[in-house]
Amino acid sequence: MTSIGTGYDYAVSTYSPDGRVFQIEYASKAVDNSGTAIGIRAKDGVVFAVEKLAQSKLQVPGTNQRIQGVERHLGMATSGLLSDAKQLVTRARSDALNYRNSYSASIPVKTMAEQLGMFMHAYTIYSGARPYGCSVVLGGMDDEGPQLYMIDPSGSYWGYRGCASGKGKQVARTELEKLKFDELSARQAIKEATRIIYSAHDEAKDKEFELELVWISAETNGRFERVSKEMVAEAEAYTQALLNAEMDDDE
Amino acid sequence: MAPTLKTGEVDLGTTIMATVFDGGVIIGADSRTTTGAYIANRVTDKLTQIHDRIYCCRSGSAADTQAVADIVHYYSQMYSVQHKKAPTTKVVASMFRELCYSNRSMLMAGIIVAGWDKRDGPSVYSIPLGGSVHKQPFSIGGSGSTYIYGYCDAHFRENMNREDALDFVKNAISLAMARDGSSGGTIRMAVITADGVERLFVPGDQLPGNSNKKKNIV
Repeated sequence: MTSIGTGYDYAVSTYSPDGRVFQIEYASKAVDNSGTAIGIRAKDGVVFAVEKLAQSKLQVPGTNQRIQGVERHLGMATSGLLSDAKQLVTRARSDALNYRNSYSASIPVKTMAEQLGMFMHAYTIYSGARPYGCSVVLGGMDDEGPQLYMIDPSGSYWGYRGCASGKGKQVARTELEKLKFDELSARQAIKEATRIIYSAHDEAKDKEFELELVWISAETNGRFERVSKEMVAEAEAYTQALLNAEMDDDE
Repeated sequence: MAPTLKTGEVDLGTTIMATVFDGGVIIGADSRTTTGAYIANRVTDKLTQIHDRIYCCRSGSAADTQAVADIVHYYSQMYSVQHKKAPTTKVVASMFRELCYSNRSMLMAGIIVAGWDKRDGPSVYSIPLGGSVHKQPFSIGGSGSTYIYGYCDAHFRENMNREDALDFVKNAISLAMARDGSSGGTIRMAVITADGVERLFVPGDQLPGNSNKKKNIV
């Protein structure tokens, strides 16, 4: 970055002469260093998948979850700093509870995205604050059907059919773009998500990873559920079969 | 301590009701407002619009229910701008509940919320004095309602057509007005369906059934 050392990147309240806020861009770098997270909005539900890179072989599987439930019908996958993500989950949960107390209804995914986006944005306008080093993939089922949003560290958000963040986001996005979302069921999307996470994984740089999979679909009665061991195994077998077929082609 | 009317406070005496019918809801109310024995207004409109297809029937203190309805009206408008769609009757009932429950020691407000929405169709919610919420197929409220529990239980039917439901509401309120000293005057009603809202008015000398006897006392 050209302006390093020029003083334009010290505080989030300072613009560079060409109109950038470097602290936000650095926060995005923190996101790019973490394992890939993807979300797919299928016909009848949403699927989250995360490549959770192992810090150490001694780490217990199932800890430090990066996909977390916010409400019964709503969840989020995060990439970036996990401790920042945990704060965001806590905030999202309290926003969801607040909404339920006011309206006796569960919060629409779009409203959640808006509120969480506003919250994250507040950390990009005060000199004393550090922006959240997280991208949030937010998804769930509401009155409008399955919904998927992604919020970046600047606090801006968009709705997606499929989205990716983290290390392998480029690879993941090219793969996502090939999917036929109008024909895709959530059950199929689990397999595709698994395949995409495996193909976005860089075996040369990162060795071990744990696959986290969650879905919220008609098949789970619109509820946040971790994908069962059997279905994960099935999805991994599907991925392995495709990889083997590719290897045969190469020969 | 349970709230009571202050001396000189305007009371809505009142008989109010709302019922679901096939395709919509009908709400109705008498039109008497009293300060003690004096009839402050004999043509009151106790049916207050909250949103396009959501109304509330007000009973208790006129001041309290007007204030609460005004606030919920404002919340509902904000809701429809922020969510880009109309609130459901349930959401509006929840807004009333929040105000009525958290200020229950200060308010004298018995409210029936009724309306039609895309999600749930026609629905009726009763929010009596303590601020609880009850979803009901039909609901009656106000001092006059005590006289018509029997009539309403005996005559309410599910999936009534529009005309039968109108007669049900008209007769019930008329009976209550005949017995309850704090209810009287005219009957105001509204039919709320997917197509919109139709307001109806029954003058005091054209009330159905036994209150004809006192047709000159409006």
